[in-house]
Amino acid sequence: MTRAAPLDELRILSPTAILGYGFPEASFAAGLARDPHVIAVDAGSSDPGPYYLGAGEPFTDRAAVKRDLRLMLRAGRARNIPVIVGSAGGCGARPHLDLTVAIVREIAAEEGLSFRLAVIPADIDRDALLAAQARGALVPLPPGPEATADDVRASTHLVAQMGAEPLVAALAAGADVIVAGRAYDPAVFAALPLLHGFDAGLAVHLGKILECAAIAAVPGSGGDCMLGTLRRDHFLVEPLAPERRCTVVSVAAHTLYEKSDPYRLPGPGGVLDLTATTFAQEDDRTVRVAGSRMLTRPYTLKIEGAASVGFRTVSIAGVRDPSFIAQVDTILDAARARVAANFAGTLAPESWRLLFRLYGRDGVMGTSEPLRTIATPHELGLIIEAVADTQAIADTIVSFARATLLHLGYPGRIATAGNLAFPYSPSDFHAGAVYRFSVYHLLTGIDDPCALFPIKLEEVGARAVALAPGEQS
Amino acid sequence: MTTIRLVDIAGVIRSKNAGPFELTLDIMVGDPVWYQRLRQSEVLSPARIAALYGIAESDVLSIVAFDPASAIKITLKRPLASGAVGDADVYGAQQHAPLLELSFEVLDD
Repeated sequence: MTRAAPLDELRILSPTAILGYGFPEASFAAGLARDPHVIAVDAGSSDPGPYYLGAGEPFTDRAAVKRDLRLMLRAGRARNIPVIVGSAGGCGARPHLDLTVAIVREIAAEEGLSFRLAVIPADIDRDALLAAQARGALVPLPPGPEATADDVRASTHLVAQMGAEPLVAALAAGADVIVAGRAYDPAVFAALPLLHGFDAGLAVHLGKILECAAIAAVPGSGGDCMLGTLRRDHFLVEPLAPERRCTVVSVAAHTLYEKSDPYRLPGPGGVLDLTATTFAQEDDRTVRVAGSRMLTRPYTLKIEGAASVGFRTVSIAGVRDPSFIAQVDTILDAARARVAANFAGTLAPESWRLLFRLYGRDGVMGTSEPLRTIATPHELGLIIEAVADTQAIADTIVSFARATLLHLGYPGRIATAGNLAFPYSPSDFHAGAVYRFSVYHLLTGIDDPCALFPIKLEEVGARAVALAPGEQS
Repeated sequence: MTTIRLVDIAGVIRSKNAGPFELTLDIMVGDPVWYQRLRQSEVLSPARIAALYGIAESDVLSIVAFDPASAIKITLKRPLASGAVGDADVYGAQQHAPLLELSFEVLDD
């Protein structure tokens, strides 16, 4: 192992963009052959929407997560290097963390692995957050709305994106494997570099690239490995599959990904400033990055919460009749009015919503669709959707709207046997609980970046009797 | 004069969420010469983008040129938060198409 202190180079292996998205074993082996100092993966994203945080469910498959983790844990233990997972289970709330830790334990038992495990939850106490909201410490992220006490109360799960500091502390405490709740995406990659005193700007910028694994290569892939080599005044990134390359444009372009301002990337405790960053082609497949700076700011934490808005039922149908298609808006309005009139006496109007989506016209872009009034499609895909206070009400609304539309008369109707083509029997589906993002705000006034993220250390397997001096970090 | 469409000069035109409330559009031109011509054309003005997407000009939050990637980034306010009831694109990954045909005039050499 090349781990003499002080290190002038740290190699970080990022196997995959999201734990569970997979990676080729050959790429992973090529990464291990480079003698990495740490294997780290970001398991999370808010992109799949509010359901997964609200319901406490992962958006990746358990078997796929276990497959990825098994390869990572085996390699980490064989080489005695740390394995770090951030935003466990996708959203990093308690149920997501518990699920990931359970998988880690299963693998340890199956593989006979022993290690010091650090588990770092990211759940935020509701009452503490209400107090913060009351004193104005929970501030909006424009164009997001102001924080309200009702939204905090309504949230089923509340998490904070931890910075690298709790992960650094866990490494300093000798953790071999870290499973962290919701974390700032680059944090799992920046933790070991920060422990060894590498430049924070370079470490976090490298983390920003590694968190998406080989997406910053060409051809890009979220399911393939990337190696980062961090030195004191620059870093290198290279993909590990021979058919991929990093180019100046592919790496620079990645800086834009999912960010609103490519020059200033805010995070907990600072803003990553890329105004002086340089990108240079090191060799055919490797890009050298220098000049990224961390500008220290008062420490803040991004808080995420999701709240229930009811239950959804959908029905999917197609329309091929040109007369129906030509009049589709008035037909849908008539059906909507018929549904409302039918249940006016029995269902409270605010207890349900009925939506129609028209694929082939503006199903993807809605009112932003420039062609919505120009093109006339020969067929339309129709989704009838209800979101209601109960699944039963959603079922009622969709069922009635579907039957109404199927047989609704309209001027010039020729196809009098039915207006809709259903691909399935049954025609209606439960989409289950529906959530919304209820909190997406900054918690200000953080004095100690670790205080809200208690680290729980434990020995897994036979490690308890084998821990030797000098083996930490 | 020649009419140039963005899809003719940009290798990547994409959209994605930047958090639940913002949609961000990336136009990566690749060729620095065309990148500069696109910038000089001022076709990517807030007014033009607002009209293209049928939104208020104030909902075009920023238009930033990023020289290291010869790219232009446009950030819009989402009409609905990601995953809100009625939202049609939870990831925001298919909101780029109107940009493809956006065009500007260049003087012939």
